[in-house]
Amino acid sequence: MSEWWGYRLSDFLLFSPRAYWRLLELHNEALWPLPLLTLAAGLLAGGLALLRPKAASRVIPLLLAVLWAWVAWSFFWNRYATINWAAIYVAPIFALQAMLLFVLGGPRQVDPDGRGWWRAIVVTLLAVALLYPLLAPLSGRPWSQAEIFGMAPDPTATGTLALLLLTRARWCVLLFPIPVLWCLASGITLGAMDASLAWVPPFAALAACALAIAQPRKAARPRV
Amino acid sequence: MDFRQPTRRAVLAGGAALAASAVASPVSAQAPQVLMRPIPSSGETIPATGLGTWITFNVGNDPVLRDECAAVMAAFFEAGGRMIDSSPMYGSSQPVIGYGLEKLGSPPVFSAEKVWTSWGSNGPEQMEQSRRYWGVPHFDLMQVHNLLAWQDHLKTLYAMKEAGQVRYVGITTSEGRRHDLFEEVMRKERLDFVQITYNIVDREVEERLLPLARDRGIAVIVNRPFQQGDLTRRLEGEELPEWASEIGASSWAQFILKFILSHPAVTVAIPATTRVDHVRENVAAASGPLPDEAMRQRMAAYIEQL
Repeated sequence: MSEWWGYRLSDFLLFSPRAYWRLLELHNEALWPLPLLTLAAGLLAGGLALLRPKAASRVIPLLLAVLWAWVAWSFFWNRYATINWAAIYVAPIFALQAMLLFVLGGPRQVDPDGRGWWRAIVVTLLAVALLYPLLAPLSGRPWSQAEIFGMAPDPTATGTLALLLLTRARWCVLLFPIPVLWCLASGITLGAMDASLAWVPPFAALAACALAIAQPRKAARPRV
Repeated sequence: MDFRQPTRRAVLAGGAALAASAVASPVSAQAPQVLMRPIPSSGETIPATGLGTWITFNVGNDPVLRDECAAVMAAFFEAGGRMIDSSPMYGSSQPVIGYGLEKLGSPPVFSAEKVWTSWGSNGPEQMEQSRRYWGVPHFDLMQVHNLLAWQDHLKTLYAMKEAGQVRYVGITTSEGRRHDLFEEVMRKERLDFVQITYNIVDREVEERLLPLARDRGIAVIVNRPFQQGDLTRRLEGEELPEWASEIGASSWAQFILKFILSHPAVTVAIPATTRVDHVRENVAAASGPLPDEAMRQRMAAYIEQL
Protein backbone atom coordinates (compact mmCIF):
# COMPACT_ATOMS: atom_id res chain seq x y z
CA MET A 1 0.00 0.00 0.00
CA SER A 2 3.01 2.29 -0.42
CA GLU A 3 0.96 4.14 -3.05
CA TRP A 4 -0.86 5.91 -0.25
CA TRP A 5 2.32 7.43 1.13
CA GLY A 6 2.43 9.93 -1.69
CA TYR A 7 -0.79 11.62 -0.61
CA ARG A 8 -0.98 14.70 1.59
CA LEU A 9 -3.85 15.65 3.84
CA SER A 10 -5.02 18.37 1.45
CA ASP A 11 -5.33 15.75 -1.30
CA PHE A 12 -8.16 14.18 0.64
CA LEU A 13 -10.10 17.42 0.79
CA LEU A 14 -12.27 16.50 -2.15
CA PHE A 15 -14.66 19.42 -2.09
CA SER A 16 -14.62 23.18 -2.07
CA PRO A 17 -15.62 25.16 1.02
CA ARG A 18 -18.61 26.41 -0.95
CA ALA A 19 -19.82 22.87 -1.65
CA TYR A 20 -19.47 21.99 2.06
CA TRP A 21 -21.35 25.01 3.39
CA ARG A 22 -24.02 24.60 0.73
CA LEU A 23 -24.35 20.98 1.88
CA LEU A 24 -25.11 22.20 5.40
CA GLU A 25 -27.60 24.68 4.00
CA LEU A 26 -29.41 21.95 2.05
CA HIS A 27 -29.33 19.71 5.12
CA ASN A 28 -31.01 22.38 7.27
CA GLU A 29 -33.50 23.30 4.57
CA ALA A 30 -34.48 19.73 3.74
CA LEU A 31 -35.19 18.88 7.38
CA TRP A 32 -36.64 22.16 8.58
CA PRO A 33 -38.03 22.64 11.27
CA LEU A 34 -36.21 19.66 12.75
CA PRO A 35 -33.12 21.81 13.52
CA LEU A 36 -35.28 23.71 15.99
CA LEU A 37 -36.26 20.45 17.68
CA THR A 38 -32.71 19.12 17.93
CA LEU A 39 -31.59 22.45 19.34
CA ALA A 40 -34.49 22.28 21.81
CA ALA A 41 -33.34 18.77 22.75
CA GLY A 42 -29.92 20.21 23.47
CA LEU A 43 -31.41 22.93 25.65
CA LEU A 44 -33.48 20.32 27.46
CA ALA A 45 -30.43 18.15 28.06
CA GLY A 46 -28.51 21.17 29.30
CA GLY A 47 -31.33 22.17 31.63
CA LEU A 48 -31.56 18.65 33.03
CA ALA A 49 -27.81 18.51 33.52
CA LEU A 50 -27.86 21.77 35.46
CA LEU A 51 -31.01 21.18 37.51
CA ARG A 52 -30.34 17.47 38.07
CA PRO A 53 -33.82 16.06 38.52
CA LYS A 54 -33.97 12.28 38.98
CA ALA A 55 -34.90 11.72 35.34
CA ALA A 56 -31.72 13.41 34.16
CA SER A 57 -29.63 10.33 34.79
CA ARG A 58 -31.39 8.42 32.06
CA VAL A 59 -32.90 11.08 29.79
CA ILE A 60 -29.64 12.86 28.90
CA PRO A 61 -27.72 9.83 27.59
CA LEU A 62 -30.84 8.68 25.75
CA LEU A 63 -31.24 12.06 24.08
CA LEU A 64 -27.59 12.11 23.13
CA ALA A 65 -27.73 8.54 21.81
CA VAL A 66 -30.68 9.43 19.57
CA LEU A 67 -28.96 12.57 18.27
CA TRP A 68 -25.70 10.74 17.52
CA ALA A 69 -27.59 8.04 15.64
CA TRP A 70 -29.50 10.73 13.77
CA VAL A 71 -26.33 12.61 12.78
CA ALA A 72 -24.74 9.31 11.70
CA TRP A 73 -27.59 8.47 9.40
CA SER A 74 -28.92 11.81 8.19
CA PHE A 75 -25.71 13.82 7.94
CA PHE A 76 -22.89 11.37 7.30
CA TRP A 77 -24.63 8.56 5.49
CA ASN A 78 -27.20 10.51 3.50
CA ARG A 79 -25.65 13.93 3.05
CA TYR A 80 -21.92 14.25 3.58
CA ALA A 81 -21.13 11.01 1.75
CA THR A 82 -22.29 12.64 -1.48
CA ILE A 83 -19.16 14.82 -1.52
CA ASN A 84 -16.82 12.88 0.76
CA TRP A 85 -16.60 9.11 0.41
CA ALA A 86 -14.84 8.94 3.78
CA ALA A 87 -18.14 9.93 5.44
CA ILE A 88 -19.41 6.40 4.79
CA TYR A 89 -16.77 5.18 7.23
CA VAL A 90 -17.51 7.90 9.79
CA ALA A 91 -21.25 7.13 9.93
CA PRO A 92 -20.76 3.74 11.70
CA ILE A 93 -18.39 5.39 14.17
CA PHE A 94 -21.07 7.91 15.09
CA ALA A 95 -23.56 5.04 15.34
CA LEU A 96 -21.14 3.27 17.68
CA GLN A 97 -21.01 6.38 19.88
CA ALA A 98 -24.82 6.33 19.96
CA MET A 99 -24.71 2.74 21.21
CA LEU A 100 -22.07 3.55 23.78
CA LEU A 101 -24.13 6.47 25.08
CA PHE A 102 -27.20 4.27 25.26
CA VAL A 103 -25.45 1.47 27.12
CA LEU A 104 -22.88 3.32 29.23
CA GLY A 105 -24.16 6.85 29.46
CA GLY A 106 -25.68 6.86 32.94
CA PRO A 107 -24.32 9.44 35.39
CA ARG A 108 -21.95 8.69 38.18
CA GLN A 109 -23.42 9.04 41.67
CA VAL A 110 -21.01 11.52 43.18
CA ASP A 111 -21.13 14.88 44.83
CA PRO A 112 -22.60 17.03 42.08
CA ASP A 113 -21.54 20.43 43.29
CA GLY A 114 -17.91 20.41 42.31
CA ARG A 115 -15.76 23.48 42.16
CA GLY A 116 -17.48 26.62 40.88
CA TRP A 117 -14.90 27.55 38.28
CA TRP A 118 -14.85 24.03 36.84
CA ARG A 119 -18.60 23.97 36.52
CA ALA A 120 -18.64 27.44 34.97
CA ILE A 121 -16.19 26.41 32.26
CA VAL A 122 -18.15 23.26 31.45
CA VAL A 123 -21.37 25.28 31.21
CA THR A 124 -19.55 27.68 28.88
CA LEU A 125 -18.52 24.73 26.72
CA LEU A 126 -22.14 23.61 26.59
CA ALA A 127 -23.19 27.14 25.66
CA VAL A 128 -20.68 27.14 22.81
CA ALA A 129 -22.26 23.95 21.47
CA LEU A 130 -25.79 25.32 21.68
CA LEU A 131 -24.79 28.72 20.28
CA TYR A 132 -22.81 27.11 17.46
CA PRO A 133 -25.15 28.56 14.79
CA LEU A 134 -23.66 31.97 15.59
CA LEU A 135 -20.39 30.83 14.04
CA ALA A 136 -22.02 31.05 10.62
CA PRO A 137 -22.54 34.85 10.61
CA LEU A 138 -19.30 35.31 12.55
CA SER A 139 -17.54 33.53 9.68
CA GLY A 140 -19.35 35.56 7.05
CA ARG A 141 -21.75 32.79 6.10
CA PRO A 142 -25.54 33.09 6.02
CA TRP A 143 -27.67 31.74 8.85
CA SER A 144 -29.02 29.09 6.52
CA GLN A 145 -25.58 27.44 6.61
CA ALA A 146 -25.48 27.28 10.41
CA GLU A 147 -24.21 24.17 12.18
CA ILE A 148 -26.85 23.17 14.69
CA PHE A 149 -26.61 20.88 17.70
CA GLY A 150 -28.14 17.52 16.84
CA MET A 151 -27.97 18.19 13.11
CA ALA A 152 -24.29 18.80 12.41
CA PRO A 153 -21.44 16.81 13.94
CA ASP A 154 -19.27 19.56 15.42
CA PRO A 155 -21.78 21.13 17.83
CA THR A 156 -23.17 17.68 18.62
CA ALA A 157 -19.74 16.39 19.60
CA THR A 158 -18.89 19.55 21.56
CA GLY A 159 -22.23 19.54 23.40
CA THR A 160 -21.87 15.85 24.18
CA LEU A 161 -18.49 16.36 25.78
CA ALA A 162 -19.90 19.17 27.94
CA LEU A 163 -22.93 17.12 28.97
CA LEU A 164 -20.78 14.10 29.81
CA LEU A 165 -18.70 16.32 32.05
CA LEU A 166 -21.71 17.98 33.67
CA THR A 167 -23.41 14.67 34.44
CA ARG A 168 -20.17 13.04 35.58
CA ALA A 169 -20.95 10.19 33.24
CA ARG A 170 -19.53 6.78 34.04
CA TRP A 171 -17.15 5.28 31.50
CA CYS A 172 -15.94 8.65 30.27
CA VAL A 173 -12.84 6.85 29.11
CA LEU A 174 -15.04 5.07 26.56
CA LEU A 175 -17.47 7.90 25.80
CA PHE A 176 -14.89 10.64 25.20
CA PRO A 177 -12.67 9.29 22.42
CA ILE A 178 -15.09 9.45 19.50
CA PRO A 179 -16.32 13.04 20.04
CA VAL A 180 -12.78 14.18 20.84
CA LEU A 181 -11.32 12.52 17.76
CA TRP A 182 -14.11 13.88 15.60
CA CYS A 183 -13.48 17.44 16.84
CA LEU A 184 -9.79 17.08 16.04
CA ALA A 185 -10.50 15.65 12.59
CA SER A 186 -13.05 18.35 11.90
CA GLY A 187 -10.56 21.04 12.88
CA ILE A 188 -8.04 19.60 10.43
CA THR A 189 -10.67 19.48 7.66
CA LEU A 190 -11.85 23.02 8.33
CA GLY A 191 -8.24 24.16 8.45
CA ALA A 192 -7.63 22.61 5.03
CA MET A 193 -10.70 24.57 3.89
CA ASP A 194 -9.16 27.78 5.29
CA ALA A 195 -12.23 28.23 7.51
CA SER A 196 -11.65 31.16 9.84
CA LEU A 197 -13.01 29.37 12.94
CA ALA A 198 -11.38 26.01 12.26
CA TRP A 199 -9.79 26.11 15.70
CA VAL A 200 -13.14 25.92 17.52
CA PRO A 201 -13.79 22.13 17.44
CA PRO A 202 -10.25 21.06 18.42
CA PHE A 203 -10.10 23.77 21.06
CA ALA A 204 -13.41 22.53 22.49
CA ALA A 205 -12.16 18.93 22.50
CA LEU A 206 -8.89 19.80 24.19
CA ALA A 207 -10.73 21.96 26.73
CA ALA A 208 -13.08 19.04 27.46
CA CYS A 209 -10.12 16.70 27.95
CA ALA A 210 -8.46 19.18 30.29
CA LEU A 211 -11.69 19.58 32.23
CA ALA A 212 -12.08 15.80 32.48
CA ILE A 213 -8.61 15.53 33.94
CA ALA A 214 -9.18 18.47 36.28
CA GLN A 215 -12.65 17.52 37.37
CA PRO A 216 -13.17 17.74 41.15
CA ARG A 217 -12.82 14.55 43.08
CA LYS A 218 -13.85 13.70 46.59
CA ALA A 219 -10.28 13.38 47.79
CA ALA A 220 -7.55 15.40 46.24
CA ARG A 221 -4.33 13.61 45.45
CA PRO A 222 -1.47 14.66 47.67
CA ARG A 223 1.05 16.90 46.01
CA VAL A 224 4.51 15.51 45.55
CA MET B 1 -26.37 34.67 -24.32
CA ASP B 2 -27.24 33.24 -20.93
CA PHE B 3 -24.68 30.52 -20.39
CA ARG B 4 -26.47 29.21 -17.33
CA GLN B 5 -29.16 27.92 -19.63
CA PRO B 6 -27.47 27.12 -22.94
CA THR B 7 -29.68 26.01 -25.74
CA ARG B 8 -29.25 22.44 -26.79
CA ARG B 9 -28.97 23.59 -30.40
CA ALA B 10 -26.08 25.93 -29.60
CA VAL B 11 -24.17 23.23 -27.81
CA LEU B 12 -24.79 20.65 -30.51
CA ALA B 13 -23.84 23.08 -33.24
CA GLY B 14 -20.53 23.83 -31.57
CA GLY B 15 -19.88 20.19 -30.86
CA ALA B 16 -20.81 18.94 -34.32
CA ALA B 17 -18.61 21.53 -35.94
CA LEU B 18 -15.79 20.51 -33.65
CA ALA B 19 -16.18 16.88 -34.49
CA ALA B 20 -15.92 17.67 -38.15
CA SER B 21 -12.98 20.00 -37.78
CA ALA B 22 -9.37 19.20 -38.48
CA VAL B 23 -6.41 21.08 -37.09
CA ALA B 24 -7.31 24.58 -35.97
CA SER B 25 -10.26 24.95 -38.30
CA PRO B 26 -13.17 27.22 -37.43
CA VAL B 27 -15.66 25.25 -35.35
CA SER B 28 -18.67 27.55 -35.26
CA ALA B 29 -19.65 31.14 -35.66
CA GLN B 30 -19.08 31.72 -31.93
CA ALA B 31 -16.07 29.53 -31.26
CA PRO B 32 -12.58 30.88 -31.86
CA GLN B 33 -9.92 28.85 -33.63
CA VAL B 34 -8.78 26.39 -31.04
CA LEU B 35 -5.33 24.92 -31.01
CA MET B 36 -5.57 21.22 -31.80
CA ARG B 37 -2.90 18.75 -30.79
CA PRO B 38 -2.31 15.27 -32.18
CA ILE B 39 -2.37 12.16 -30.03
CA PRO B 40 0.91 10.56 -31.15
CA SER B 41 -0.29 6.96 -31.01
CA SER B 42 -3.22 7.55 -33.37
CA GLY B 43 -2.80 10.91 -35.06
CA GLU B 44 -6.25 11.96 -33.85
CA THR B 45 -6.32 15.62 -32.88
CA ILE B 46 -7.95 17.11 -29.81
CA PRO B 47 -8.30 20.68 -28.50
CA ALA B 48 -5.33 21.63 -26.34
CA THR B 49 -7.41 22.86 -23.41
CA GLY B 50 -9.48 20.34 -21.51
CA LEU B 51 -11.54 20.55 -18.35
CA GLY B 52 -10.48 19.09 -15.01
CA THR B 53 -13.10 18.23 -12.39
CA TRP B 54 -11.02 17.73 -9.23
CA ILE B 55 -12.90 19.46 -6.37
CA THR B 56 -14.82 21.80 -8.67
CA PHE B 57 -17.37 19.22 -9.84
CA ASN B 58 -17.74 17.45 -6.49
CA VAL B 59 -20.99 19.16 -5.52
CA GLY B 60 -23.06 16.17 -4.46
CA ASN B 61 -26.78 16.45 -5.09
CA ASP B 62 -26.89 20.23 -4.82
CA PRO B 63 -29.16 21.25 -7.71
CA VAL B 64 -27.84 24.81 -7.87
CA LEU B 65 -24.20 23.78 -7.99
CA ARG B 66 -24.96 20.96 -10.44
CA ASP B 67 -26.49 23.46 -12.82
CA GLU B 68 -23.46 25.71 -12.41
CA CYS B 69 -21.23 22.79 -13.41
CA ALA B 70 -23.43 22.09 -16.41
CA ALA B 71 -23.12 25.76 -17.40
CA VAL B 72 -19.34 25.48 -17.19
CA MET B 73 -19.49 22.40 -19.41
CA ALA B 74 -21.75 24.21 -21.88
CA ALA B 75 -19.35 27.14 -22.11
CA PHE B 76 -16.44 24.72 -22.43
CA PHE B 77 -17.97 22.87 -25.38
CA GLU B 78 -19.17 26.06 -26.98
CA ALA B 79 -15.67 27.55 -26.78
CA GLY B 80 -14.33 24.48 -28.56
CA GLY B 81 -13.16 22.25 -25.70
CA ARG B 82 -13.62 18.49 -25.72
CA MET B 83 -11.61 16.59 -23.11
CA ILE B 84 -13.14 16.26 -19.65
CA ASP B 85 -11.12 14.40 -17.04
CA SER B 86 -12.33 12.81 -13.83
CA SER B 87 -11.70 9.98 -11.38
CA PRO B 88 -13.59 7.78 -8.91
CA MET B 89 -11.51 9.60 -6.29
CA TYR B 90 -13.26 12.89 -7.06
CA GLY B 91 -16.40 12.28 -4.99
CA SER B 92 -19.54 13.10 -6.94
CA SER B 93 -17.71 14.58 -9.95
CA GLN B 94 -18.58 11.62 -12.17
CA PRO B 95 -22.37 11.76 -11.71
CA VAL B 96 -22.20 15.56 -12.00
CA ILE B 97 -20.47 15.20 -15.37
CA GLY B 98 -23.15 12.71 -16.37
CA TYR B 99 -25.81 15.20 -15.32
CA GLY B 100 -24.17 17.91 -17.42
CA LEU B 101 -23.76 15.71 -20.48
CA GLU B 102 -27.39 14.64 -20.33
CA LYS B 103 -28.56 18.21 -19.83
CA LEU B 104 -26.49 19.40 -22.79
CA GLY B 105 -27.79 16.66 -25.08
CA SER B 106 -24.68 14.46 -25.12
CA PRO B 107 -22.15 16.80 -26.75
CA PRO B 108 -19.08 15.13 -28.34
CA VAL B 109 -16.90 14.83 -25.28
CA PHE B 110 -13.48 13.23 -25.16
CA SER B 111 -13.98 11.28 -21.93
CA ALA B 112 -10.87 10.78 -19.82
CA GLU B 113 -11.35 8.66 -16.71
CA LYS B 114 -9.27 6.81 -14.21
CA VAL B 115 -9.28 3.55 -12.37
CA TRP B 116 -8.46 4.03 -8.69
CA THR B 117 -8.52 0.96 -6.55
CA SER B 118 -5.81 -1.02 -4.80
CA TRP B 119 -7.10 -4.32 -6.11
CA GLY B 120 -6.85 -5.18 -9.78
CA SER B 121 -9.89 -7.43 -9.58
CA ASN B 122 -12.05 -4.45 -8.57
CA GLY B 123 -10.98 -2.41 -11.58
CA PRO B 124 -13.54 -3.59 -14.15
CA GLU B 125 -16.47 -3.09 -11.78
CA GLN B 126 -15.27 0.38 -10.83
CA MET B 127 -14.77 1.39 -14.45
CA GLU B 128 -18.23 0.14 -15.36
CA GLN B 129 -19.71 2.16 -12.50
CA SER B 130 -17.83 5.21 -13.74
CA ARG B 131 -19.18 4.65 -17.25
CA ARG B 132 -22.72 4.49 -15.91
CA TYR B 133 -22.20 7.74 -14.02
CA TRP B 134 -21.02 9.49 -17.16
CA GLY B 135 -23.72 7.91 -19.31
CA VAL B 136 -21.31 7.30 -22.20
CA PRO B 137 -21.06 4.10 -24.26
CA HIS B 138 -17.35 3.81 -23.50
CA PHE B 139 -14.47 5.94 -22.33
CA ASP B 140 -12.01 7.44 -24.78
CA LEU B 141 -9.16 7.30 -22.30
CA MET B 142 -8.76 5.23 -19.16
CA GLN B 143 -5.82 6.01 -16.90
CA VAL B 144 -4.38 4.30 -13.84
CA HIS B 145 -4.78 6.90 -11.13
CA ASN B 146 -1.52 7.76 -9.39
CA LEU B 147 -0.06 4.38 -10.38
CA LEU B 148 -2.26 2.60 -7.85
CA ALA B 149 -1.98 -1.16 -8.58
CA TRP B 150 -0.73 -0.20 -12.01
CA GLN B 151 0.50 -3.64 -13.12
CA ASP B 152 -2.90 -5.27 -12.65
CA HIS B 153 -4.87 -2.36 -14.05
CA LEU B 154 -2.72 -1.96 -17.14
CA LYS B 155 -3.27 -5.63 -18.01
CA THR B 156 -7.01 -5.03 -17.77
CA LEU B 157 -6.80 -1.82 -19.79
CA TYR B 158 -4.80 -3.39 -22.60
CA ALA B 159 -7.43 -6.12 -22.85
CA MET B 160 -10.19 -3.52 -22.87
CA LYS B 161 -8.42 -1.57 -25.59
CA GLU B 162 -8.04 -4.74 -27.62
CA ALA B 163 -11.78 -5.39 -27.20
CA GLY B 164 -12.68 -1.84 -28.25
CA GLN B 165 -13.99 -0.93 -24.79
CA VAL B 166 -11.56 1.96 -24.40
CA ARG B 167 -9.62 3.82 -27.08
CA TYR B 168 -6.54 4.95 -25.18
CA VAL B 169 -4.62 3.82 -22.10
CA GLY B 170 -2.63 5.97 -19.73
CA ILE B 171 -1.20 6.52 -16.26
CA THR B 172 -1.32 9.55 -14.00
CA THR B 173 0.55 11.21 -11.23
CA SER B 174 0.27 14.63 -9.66
CA GLU B 175 2.42 17.11 -7.82
CA GLY B 176 5.65 15.28 -8.44
CA ARG B 177 4.75 11.99 -6.81
CA ARG B 178 6.69 8.85 -7.70
CA HIS B 179 8.38 10.20 -10.79
CA ASP B 180 11.03 7.48 -10.80
CA LEU B 181 8.46 4.72 -11.04
CA PHE B 182 6.43 6.81 -13.46
CA GLU B 183 9.43 7.06 -15.77
CA GLU B 184 10.03 3.33 -15.51
CA VAL B 185 6.43 2.57 -16.48
CA MET B 186 6.63 5.05 -19.36
CA ARG B 187 9.73 3.27 -20.65
CA LYS B 188 8.41 -0.28 -20.55
CA GLU B 189 4.66 -0.04 -21.16
CA ARG B 190 2.69 0.77 -24.32
CA LEU B 191 1.00 3.94 -23.13
CA ASP B 192 -1.04 6.35 -25.22
CA PHE B 193 -1.24 9.05 -22.53
CA VAL B 194 0.45 10.16 -19.36
CA GLN B 195 -0.96 12.76 -16.99
CA ILE B 196 1.39 14.85 -14.88
CA THR B 197 1.54 18.12 -13.00
CA TYR B 198 3.31 20.90 -14.88
CA ASN B 199 3.18 24.66 -14.71
CA ILE B 200 5.42 27.68 -14.83
CA VAL B 201 6.54 27.05 -11.24
CA ASP B 202 6.56 23.23 -11.04
CA ARG B 203 8.94 22.40 -13.88
CA GLU B 204 10.63 19.22 -12.70
CA VAL B 205 8.97 17.19 -15.48
CA GLU B 206 10.88 19.20 -18.09
CA GLU B 207 14.01 17.30 -17.10
CA ARG B 208 12.98 13.72 -17.84
CA LEU B 209 9.28 12.98 -18.20
CA LEU B 210 8.34 15.46 -20.93
CA PRO B 211 11.33 14.61 -23.16
CA LEU B 212 10.66 10.92 -22.58
CA ALA B 213 7.01 11.32 -23.54
CA ARG B 214 8.08 13.00 -26.75
CA ASP B 215 10.62 10.30 -27.53
CA ARG B 216 8.14 7.50 -26.82
CA GLY B 217 5.24 9.11 -28.68
CA ILE B 218 3.06 9.45 -25.60
CA ALA B 219 0.46 12.20 -25.34
CA VAL B 220 0.76 14.38 -22.23
CA ILE B 221 -2.12 15.71 -20.16
CA VAL B 222 -1.14 18.44 -17.73
CA ASN B 223 -3.07 18.61 -14.46
CA ARG B 224 -3.08 21.33 -11.79
CA PRO B 225 -1.81 24.02 -14.17
CA PHE B 226 -2.67 26.69 -11.61
CA GLN B 227 -1.48 24.71 -8.56
CA GLN B 228 -5.11 24.21 -7.58
CA GLY B 229 -5.66 27.96 -7.73
CA ASP B 230 -2.73 28.82 -5.45
CA LEU B 231 -0.67 30.17 -8.33
CA THR B 232 -3.36 32.40 -9.81
CA ARG B 233 -4.30 33.62 -6.32
CA ARG B 234 -0.68 34.50 -5.66
CA LEU B 235 -0.50 36.47 -8.89
CA GLU B 236 -3.83 38.25 -8.41
CA GLY B 237 -2.34 41.47 -7.11
CA GLU B 238 0.46 41.56 -9.66
CA GLU B 239 0.46 43.43 -12.96
CA LEU B 240 0.53 41.32 -16.09
CA PRO B 241 3.64 42.45 -18.03
CA GLU B 242 2.94 44.54 -21.12
CA TRP B 243 4.76 42.07 -23.31
CA ALA B 244 2.17 39.39 -22.42
CA SER B 245 0.10 40.85 -25.25
CA GLU B 246 2.75 39.60 -27.69
CA ILE B 247 1.54 36.07 -27.01
CA GLY B 248 -2.12 37.07 -26.75
CA ALA B 249 -2.35 36.57 -22.97
CA SER B 250 -4.84 38.93 -21.35
CA SER B 251 -4.83 37.33 -17.87
CA TRP B 252 -2.50 35.43 -15.59
CA ALA B 253 -4.45 32.23 -16.29
CA GLN B 254 -3.81 32.60 -20.02
CA PHE B 255 -0.18 33.54 -19.36
CA ILE B 256 0.31 30.29 -17.42
CA LEU B 257 -1.64 28.11 -19.83
CA LYS B 258 0.24 29.46 -22.83
CA PHE B 259 3.49 28.66 -21.09
CA ILE B 260 2.34 25.08 -20.52
CA LEU B 261 0.91 24.54 -23.97
CA SER B 262 4.00 25.93 -25.65
CA HIS B 263 6.04 22.98 -24.45
CA PRO B 264 6.29 20.73 -27.50
CA ALA B 265 5.56 17.55 -25.54
CA VAL B 266 2.31 18.81 -24.01
CA THR B 267 -0.93 17.68 -25.63
CA VAL B 268 -3.68 18.97 -23.34
CA ALA B 269 -3.88 21.04 -20.17
CA ILE B 270 -6.90 20.43 -17.95
CA PRO B 271 -7.56 23.41 -15.67
CA ALA B 272 -10.55 23.03 -13.37
CA THR B 273 -12.96 25.84 -12.66
CA THR B 274 -16.42 26.57 -11.35
CA ARG B 275 -16.80 29.72 -13.42
CA VAL B 276 -18.09 30.16 -16.94
CA ASP B 277 -15.91 33.21 -17.63
CA HIS B 278 -12.84 31.32 -16.49
CA VAL B 279 -13.52 28.29 -18.66
CA ARG B 280 -13.91 30.57 -21.68
CA GLU B 281 -10.68 32.31 -20.78
CA ASN B 282 -8.91 28.96 -20.36
CA VAL B 283 -10.03 27.59 -23.72
CA ALA B 284 -9.15 30.89 -25.37
CA ALA B 285 -5.58 30.45 -24.11
CA ALA B 286 -5.29 27.60 -26.61
CA SER B 287 -5.66 29.98 -29.52
CA GLY B 288 -3.52 32.70 -31.03
CA PRO B 289 0.26 32.82 -30.68
CA LEU B 290 2.22 30.66 -28.28
CA PRO B 291 5.56 31.68 -26.80
CA ASP B 292 8.78 30.49 -28.38
CA GLU B 293 11.67 29.22 -26.26
CA ALA B 294 13.09 32.69 -25.65
CA MET B 295 9.72 33.98 -24.54
CA ARG B 296 9.23 30.94 -22.29
CA GLN B 297 12.45 31.75 -20.51
CA ARG B 298 11.35 35.35 -20.13
CA MET B 299 7.98 34.29 -18.73
CA ALA B 300 9.50 31.90 -16.20
CA ALA B 301 12.07 34.49 -15.12
CA TYR B 302 9.35 37.09 -14.68
CA ILE B 303 7.27 34.81 -12.44
CA GLU B 304 10.32 33.84 -10.46
CA GLN B 305 11.19 37.42 -9.58
CA LEU B 306 7.67 38.30 -8.41
